[in-house]
Amino acid sequence: MAHLQQSAALQIEEICSRYVNEETPLMMILSDIQKEYGYIPLEVQELVSEKTGISVAEIYGVVTFYSFFSLKPKGKNVIGCCLGTACYVKGAQQVVDKFSEILGIKPGETTDDGLFTIDALRCIGACGIAPAVQINGTVYPKMSVDQVPALIEKYRNGGNA
Amino acid sequence: METVNITIEGQSYQVEKGLTILEAAKKCGYEIPSLCAFNHGECSLASCRVCLVEAQEGKGPNRLVASCVYPVSEGMNVTIGSPKATAARRTSVELLLSNHNRNCQECDKNGKCELLHVAQVTGARENMYQGEQTPVTVDMLSPSIKRDTSKCILCGRCVARCQNAHGLSVLGFEKRGFNTIVGPAENRSFMDSPCILCGQCTTVCPTGALTEVSEIDKIDEAFRAGKHVVVQVAPAVRASLGEEFDYPIGTPVTGKMIAALRRLGFERCYDVNFGADLTIMEEGTELLGRIQNGGTLPMITSCSPGWINYAEYYYGDLLDHVSSCKSPHQMQGAIIKSYWAKQMGYDPADVFVVSIMPCTAKKFEKDRPEMEHDGIRDVDVVLTTRELGKMIKRSGINFKRLPDEDWDQDIMGEYTGAAVIFGVTGGVMEAALRTVYYKLTGSEYGKIEFTEVRGHDAGIREASLDINGTVVNVAIASGMKSAKVLLDQIRNGESKYHFIEIMGCPGGCINGGGQSYVKPCFLPNEDDDILDTYKEKRANALYSEDERQTIRQSHNNKQVQELYEKFLGEPNSHLAHELLHTTYNKNRERFN
Repeated sequence: MAHLQQSAALQIEEICSRYVNEETPLMMILSDIQKEYGYIPLEVQELVSEKTGISVAEIYGVVTFYSFFSLKPKGKNVIGCCLGTACYVKGAQQVVDKFSEILGIKPGETTDDGLFTIDALRCIGACGIAPAVQINGTVYPKMSVDQVPALIEKYRNGGNA
Repeated sequence: METVNITIEGQSYQVEKGLTILEAAKKCGYEIPSLCAFNHGECSLASCRVCLVEAQEGKGPNRLVASCVYPVSEGMNVTIGSPKATAARRTSVELLLSNHNRNCQECDKNGKCELLHVAQVTGARENMYQGEQTPVTVDMLSPSIKRDTSKCILCGRCVARCQNAHGLSVLGFEKRGFNTIVGPAENRSFMDSPCILCGQCTTVCPTGALTEVSEIDKIDEAFRAGKHVVVQVAPAVRASLGEEFDYPIGTPVTGKMIAALRRLGFERCYDVNFGADLTIMEEGTELLGRIQNGGTLPMITSCSPGWINYAEYYYGDLLDHVSSCKSPHQMQGAIIKSYWAKQMGYDPADVFVVSIMPCTAKKFEKDRPEMEHDGIRDVDVVLTTRELGKMIKRSGINFKRLPDEDWDQDIMGEYTGAAVIFGVTGGVMEAALRTVYYKLTGSEYGKIEFTEVRGHDAGIREASLDINGTVVNVAIASGMKSAKVLLDQIRNGESKYHFIEIMGCPGGCINGGGQSYVKPCFLPNEDDDILDTYKEKRANALYSEDERQTIRQSHNNKQVQELYEKFLGEPNSHLAHELLHTTYNKNRERFN
């Protein structure tokens, strides 16, 4: 197994130490690591296991249960397509399919240039503006298939166009 | 005891408050089918929904609830046999079956499968639901345990047992929804994860998802090849093998077991107890040497290969504390292929040693590269108690009608009471103390038994003995959860002990991962509390055999003495080190 760089190991230890007084610290630790690094590989889970005493199998279970966590690095731009019930009936599947078609990747995958990741999400709580798409935290309401190409171009050019 | 009044099937009962409906119904004489619930809530995820009953509280609605987790309350009205409840349970089982590999006839758990049992009890119908199946993983890479997710019902018993026994669960649920599976992180093989291969998970799995890897075929091959096949049996096996043939738990079946082995064609039947006596000679000498010469203390026993795996994975820095002795069956295997083969005039390459063990980790241990001498493997095959039961059954032997026979006595037939108790937690310690006492004082310990160190459960026991002015502090732990406490003391420089016994499985070998399954639904003649008492019953079978032995200290084993005189020289001699001692891997990666 590849070993962690010392600086990364120290930072992960620091993240674990933030929650020593919590009864159930795992979600908070993983959430911080996910935000910091964009993914949580096995060697990081092993370090978290050592620091918290929670088994690697359990940590791995949590990481693979929640779609918010990722085992592989995510792209620079993470396109979260809500596929909750409301979005789905409003045509979210077609929107996801359009993103997939243009970028050439399936949900959960990252483009070779590292620019885009598509995530299929379950209900992000924005049913009133369905179908909703969330890119790097910005929510795009009432998405239609026609809007997809322009949105991709916008982020390809740095997200400010 | 606070009680509540409930009604089951229209009958009034008074039951203990706080019980689940399942437990309360059992006490009142009802048997609600259940699957994921196990051993007083050791596992109770209420995930399988097989134990659904109708329950009504006060004027509330009549609801279907999972009886394994739903507590009884005052005035509750429980219905088990209504059309609604029976149909619900049947549907639960049919849904489980719809995503289950149904090659039941060839399954290793055929006859011991709890899913099949509840399917029968609930009256599940043929092929009710058919559809997609979860992608399957079959892990057969380890020599010890096979994992087949096509038979897993996600009950979580193995996850709970791994956690309860060892504190750091190797098994867990991963992914979610329809894709959920149970396995080591990243769905790896047991070989590529820090699994200690103890096999506890196989003893609690209700289906054939977790089983030992069978090696019976290798024995058939050895017989076909005309090898001199010698068998040796661990002490704990005799306390459990009877269960395979419907004897009450804790019936020692030593005599019939030997008779069966002879009829299976083994050229010699030896007791690993001889090897256990040998272990005490080597380990006792090593301990005294360490105490007298300022060696690394505390010294820790090395008989349990599950514990050795754990030590290498998690406490590589403490391996100097572990005795360099091989485990008894490896020692005895090495002696069979050297001393015995020489005496018989056989080429060691033509001798084939089979060990019958209560253990799945021993299957891994015998394959370790260190376990050989001059290219000759110490032991060729390890069978579990369960596999021996299968081998006897397929041979047409009627076990119950066998006569009682005795071990082959020629050169390693003698054994002492000290060796027999190796099979229970605290046993190795007690056996060692009997010999250490003699070595330090020149006379035998009057009471013979060191009852302070006895027990049959997980947890830590300790004792302090003043032997002629030499104080020996000892501790015993079984299950890695308990062992961890003692190991952390050593790591922090706080350990006050000289000698520690650690066994991988909670309770020691009597509760090993290769022992017969203790499944209450298949044990109609055992008491309801059998899961609380089986370890004690098996332990008593061994302690009673110790009491029956005339020689009860390892150093008084005449044939062991003869082995040293004629062959090995003295304990810890050069030859003894080559044949009977081993080394450990400080750099074992947990994930590679």
